[in-house]
Amino acid sequence: MTGIGVVAPGGIGAKAFWELLASGTTATRAISLFDATGFRSRIAAECDFDPQANGLSAQQIRRMDRAAQFAVVSAREAVADSGLDMAELPPARLTVSVGSAVGCTMGLEQEYVVLSDAGRKWLVDHSYAVPHLYGYMVPSTLATEVAWEVGAEGPVALISTGCTSGLDAIGHGVEVIKEGGADVAVVGATDAPISPITVACFDAIKATSPNNSDPAHASRPFDLGRDGFVLGEGSAMLVLEDAEHARRRGAQIYGEIVGFASRSNAFHMTGLRPDGREMAEAIRCAMAQARFNPEDIDYVNAHGSGTKQNDRHETAAFKESLGAHAYEVPVSSIKSMVGHSLGAIGSIEVAACALALKHQVVPPTANMHVPDPECDLDYTPLHARERRLDGVLTVGSGFGGFQTAMVLARAAGGRAG
Amino acid sequence: MTAIVVTGLGVAAPTGIGVETHWSAILAGRSAIGPITRFDASGYPTRLAGEVPDFVARDRLPGRLIPQTDHWTHLGLATAQDALDDAKVVTSDLPEYQMAVVTAGSSGGTEFGQREIERLWRDGPQHVGAYQSIAWFYAATTGQISIRHGMRGPCGVICTEQSGGLDILGQARRLLRSGSRLVVAGGTDASLCPYGLVAQIAHGRLTTCGDNARAYLPFDADASGYVPGEGGATLILETAESMRARGVDQHYGTILGYHATFDPRPGSGRPPTLESAAAGALADAGLRPDEIDVVFADAVGDPALDHAEATAITKIFGPYGVPVTAPKTMTGRMYAGGATLDVATALLALRDQVIPPTTGVYSPAPRNRIDLVGAYPRQDRLRHAMVLARGHGGFNAALVIGRQLTAHDDQGEATWRK
Repeated sequence: MTGIGVVAPGGIGAKAFWELLASGTTATRAISLFDATGFRSRIAAECDFDPQANGLSAQQIRRMDRAAQFAVVSAREAVADSGLDMAELPPARLTVSVGSAVGCTMGLEQEYVVLSDAGRKWLVDHSYAVPHLYGYMVPSTLATEVAWEVGAEGPVALISTGCTSGLDAIGHGVEVIKEGGADVAVVGATDAPISPITVACFDAIKATSPNNSDPAHASRPFDLGRDGFVLGEGSAMLVLEDAEHARRRGAQIYGEIVGFASRSNAFHMTGLRPDGREMAEAIRCAMAQARFNPEDIDYVNAHGSGTKQNDRHETAAFKESLGAHAYEVPVSSIKSMVGHSLGAIGSIEVAACALALKHQVVPPTANMHVPDPECDLDYTPLHARERRLDGVLTVGSGFGGFQTAMVLARAAGGRAG
Repeated sequence: MTAIVVTGLGVAAPTGIGVETHWSAILAGRSAIGPITRFDASGYPTRLAGEVPDFVARDRLPGRLIPQTDHWTHLGLATAQDALDDAKVVTSDLPEYQMAVVTAGSSGGTEFGQREIERLWRDGPQHVGAYQSIAWFYAATTGQISIRHGMRGPCGVICTEQSGGLDILGQARRLLRSGSRLVVAGGTDASLCPYGLVAQIAHGRLTTCGDNARAYLPFDADASGYVPGEGGATLILETAESMRARGVDQHYGTILGYHATFDPRPGSGRPPTLESAAAGALADAGLRPDEIDVVFADAVGDPALDHAEATAITKIFGPYGVPVTAPKTMTGRMYAGGATLDVATALLALRDQVIPPTTGVYSPAPRNRIDLVGAYPRQDRLRHAMVLARGHGGFNAALVIGRQLTAHDDQGEATWRK
């Protein structure tokens, strides 16, 4: 990994993102993107994002859903950070893989409101349709925009496995490079779900926190007082290269992706078995690819959504896969600070892991004051910790039963990022 | 490298539910394009579509799943079940982590989503149902198939519009090469609700022609756009070893080559990349162009895009160098479902050694120098087929398939059975 770009709550850009994490500051607040009066959960982790100030053209702003805007801005930062001269790369050797759980849902909803006259017409009025409406219906638009931005002509994919989309999209790009299908991959994920329909659908299943009176402290992974996740938004895009390709050009290397595996629980679309066995299997498989023993993992970036069942599920999965080391290794959930941006968060967490490797600092779990007795690992409460980090594990879990694990290692050789 | 075989097919298409129903309709040249019946489309400029006829969800799916899922997922679940039955798969005999599901849909649970968003805006947020969170999103079909059949391997969802229907087969092959034994690969789409249709109308490529027989004429001088369709197909892919290990020998054919590319940004002055996708798939299969005996075209029905595709085909195979067909003229364009269905149809063509027809097009526009198989099926010696797909926004994919393995192909080298 040679480049990182992040659009996240609390600040735009990888630098602001890392400062937020390292300081343990939360970016959750009352929803300002729409009037959330009447909703059960009225809080979210929002990005203060000005598309114009972030360099998007008037036409890009008109055409692109907010999720696409995030993705293009973070891709631009990642490419600049990598120091790659894209004009020098053969376009056919550049691949793009973008993850998103809910695609251009915000654009779809805004246009729906116009075409249906706020829900009054089942037979929506086509004469009000904007030409890019189809681009909102197909999430592949997000990958198209990123591919156009970076000039890719190799394989381009949009991966949409719910809340594991980000990890799965990164893993997909890794596999394309490993197979020889590309030299360089621009990979990551984006989601901008803070709109009425998405907030309402999580209200309906009581998955999100109703702690409207104290938004800054509402996302409480592993804490006894947790009461659901806090919806977030954002994007992270990364530049990945074949290791030789990166070393040859003397690139800064944040780390290597040395293991990636996913499994499904085939259990329930939203429910999780408390034993975490499929996530444990994904972790074991990713560690085997990395040729890692549990002791080689120096930090675990948890899915840590802050729902009762998730936090127990993955605590069990860590114990099952890491054995006694599960009690030794620091674990944390950055969702305590930046919320849960569905498919995007997996890529944002990989960016966090890479920055953790770079700074040799474990980001904390904010808001964790009273641990749930069933969550009895070291979740790095409240404050970041300096620590020698060579191997890092990150996991994701999502609707549909998907469980994904990825292992990153500090780069051997090359210039440390 | 071990051969990848297709051991089961499930089809739910405008041409019929079930593999042989679909195939006989296609061979008979019976177009399924007709007026939209799922809702009142009389006020829209496009009023024709290919709808899956007589699909009764309660006859095919467990009752409790029906209200939790969109029509697009119903079609995915039903075709997955049919494909698994066709392949005689007993899931309890296979390791749970070595069975995976990969699906493609271009646009998710559009009809379900429109109903729920209408409730939200008309009646208020408390009226959104609990299943919106699991029915509309793009991963719903994969998740439901995985749960229904106990498949705990590395599941996936690829949304690259029409190309997704081929990209899932490339992904399935990748999984089979890295430890999975069986992959359920399904492409289905169903966006024939008012909002879904209006979104398709908005991009300007749907025909406004109201004559069933003249509405969708790819490569023709009178091409006026395409007719939308719904439905798709699910394929069961396995390694040849895995198939034989479970005592099965019956299969439709082999996946030999796959490649995907992406078109440059409009205005860049660089050429489109469908030709590279096709050439890449050939190279991946280790075949020469003259070893491909039929090409299933993407066939958008837009004069410029048709010409671009004809040019790509001509550059590789020469002018009029290979039979080209587009049976999707009988179903409408079904997006991800359409590309997977084309692969199913191409496998049947290899099985029966007959190229299915392209209806409605009597002769391609002169500038499209392709040998388009017209209104009647063409008997031919068919060794290998290529399927092409382009997804809106710049996606290209090409897939090369071959005939069944013979007893001599024990090591999995897919060779033509003489």
